Amino acid sequence: MDGYTASEMMIVAAARELTHARMVFVGIGLPNIACNLAQRTVAPHLELIYESGVYGARPSRLPLSIGDPCLVSGATGVVPMSQLLQYYLQKGLIDVGFLGAAQIDRYGNLNTTVIGDYYRPKVRLPGSGGACEIALMCRRVFIIARLNRRTFVEKLDFVTSPGFLSGGEARDRLGDYGEGPAAVITDMGIFRFEHTSHEMFLSSLHPGCTVESVQEQVGWPLRVADDLDVTSPPTEEELRIIREELDPAGMLRG
Amino acid sequence: MSKLTSMREAIAELVRDGDSVAIEGFTHLICFAAGHEIIRQRKRNLTLCRLTPDLIYDQMVAAGCARKLVFSYLGNPGVGSLHAVRRAVEKGIPAPLELEEYTHFGMVARYIAGAANLPFYPVRTFAGSDLLRVNPLIRQVENPYGSGMVFVVPPLNPDVAIIHVQRADVEGNAHIWGLVGVQVEAAFAAKRVIVVAEEIVDEAIIRSDPNRTVIPGLIVNAVVHEPFGAHPSYAQGYYDRDTEAYIAWDTISREHQTLQQWLDEWVYGLSGRAEYVDKLGSQVWQRLKPDDAWSGQVNYGRYC
Repeated sequence: MDGYTASEMMIVAAARELTHARMVFVGIGLPNIACNLAQRTVAPHLELIYESGVYGARPSRLPLSIGDPCLVSGATGVVPMSQLLQYYLQKGLIDVGFLGAAQIDRYGNLNTTVIGDYYRPKVRLPGSGGACEIALMCRRVFIIARLNRRTFVEKLDFVTSPGFLSGGEARDRLGDYGEGPAAVITDMGIFRFEHTSHEMFLSSLHPGCTVESVQEQVGWPLRVADDLDVTSPPTEEELRIIREELDPAGMLRG
Repeated sequence: MSKLTSMREAIAELVRDGDSVAIEGFTHLICFAAGHEIIRQRKRNLTLCRLTPDLIYDQMVAAGCARKLVFSYLGNPGVGSLHAVRRAVEKGIPAPLELEEYTHFGMVARYIAGAANLPFYPVRTFAGSDLLRVNPLIRQVENPYGSGMVFVVPPLNPDVAIIHVQRADVEGNAHIWGLVGVQVEAAFAAKRVIVVAEEIVDEAIIRSDPNRTVIPGLIVNAVVHEPFGAHPSYAQGYYDRDTEAYIAWDTISREHQTLQQWLDEWVYGLSGRAEYVDKLGSQVWQRLKPDDAWSGQVNYGRYC
């Protein structure tokens, strides 16, 4: 890939998924840049919401954490977490949530809790934080993850945040929640979920990647769209905003 | 009546071995000064409650203060792992650590139930999550007004809550602005409350802006004046979050030995927060000083 990095392609692809979105629950890292890029391009009316209690943030710098003071100054509102989680998220006001994961399976279930057995962990990961409620209660969920076999696994060691569970109608049976995962944005392509089985399929390849190279990084036999797309590379304007305005120090786009 | 006391006395008197302790504050207003004093006084067998154990509980676990964590996110925010907690959980160094884990919303709901004197609190999170399998305290009850089940969590009533605030009067009436997190719920849920303030102000300042009084002196046992007491966390408008310190912790905490050296130098080797502030030095405080951004004013009106 000439002229831009795989991370920049991920950020741009994620931002484009937010076209016309209004309320987005933002995580730190790549989702944060993607949401800020979307606000400057495809979703000018996007409100950035952080689980720390901020509604309508206008961060003046790239925050390291979701509780950074730059998210507070100039925000539309700052509320206690009890209000944010109940009245904004649980009520169903939030269009889009972004999540990452250490492990993801073909139904978009996510593990951020443990590698190995819960009681005798090989690696103890951070746990849910707000991820479980974001996965359940946002109308749509986008997942951002770098493609590799350690992450895209046949079976999760622990379901922290439910996607479509075992597929089919399994998620519907949970009750009245959001629609679940809409897309998985990776550094090699974009995946979506079939309407009835809710199994993940490869929907778009980033320039320079092949179905074979993607399959090598996925731990199950991958389904591929009949009308497989090629993702449009980042535009000069998208790259300029990322490099000059959002991440001038290059912390996340490398 | 003034409840003003020193950090040393407040911790000595109000935190006891075996207690459950909540030093709350979501990224913002985390009272590291209190955590360090608990380490210095070698309190033991504590159950530490916090949504995000953060560096403060990583340090307290490494120092051997903790028996158990009640939490929802076990990471160094924006950086990576809490290595001391991981060593305790994965290898039992310096001692095994019991975990009781929820989601953020689950923890918030536990504090709400604790604060409001309720037997449990209903939430719509947890559905489909394996957390239900590993935490038997998350349960379901039948909806008494309709069909279906609803998840519930039990109240969390820590023995002690330590609440950092921007300003308080000597009775403990406290103003917070910026991220409020669960400071209010944790304070009302706790049996004993220590308020730690960047500034002690006259009662008239508190009364000039009563909407901002989120903690009433009514529930406060002790008030401690501890400027810069939240570093490397922050106090909105006073000093910035020290992201360099959070990033540096990743290296310091990777080995038990280097972490113990850090504790010797920055906790055991100091008498209290004032020495810590001096030792950190003016260059750091200059770097963390934000420019001013005053709020607009509201008119409460005077009614004779």
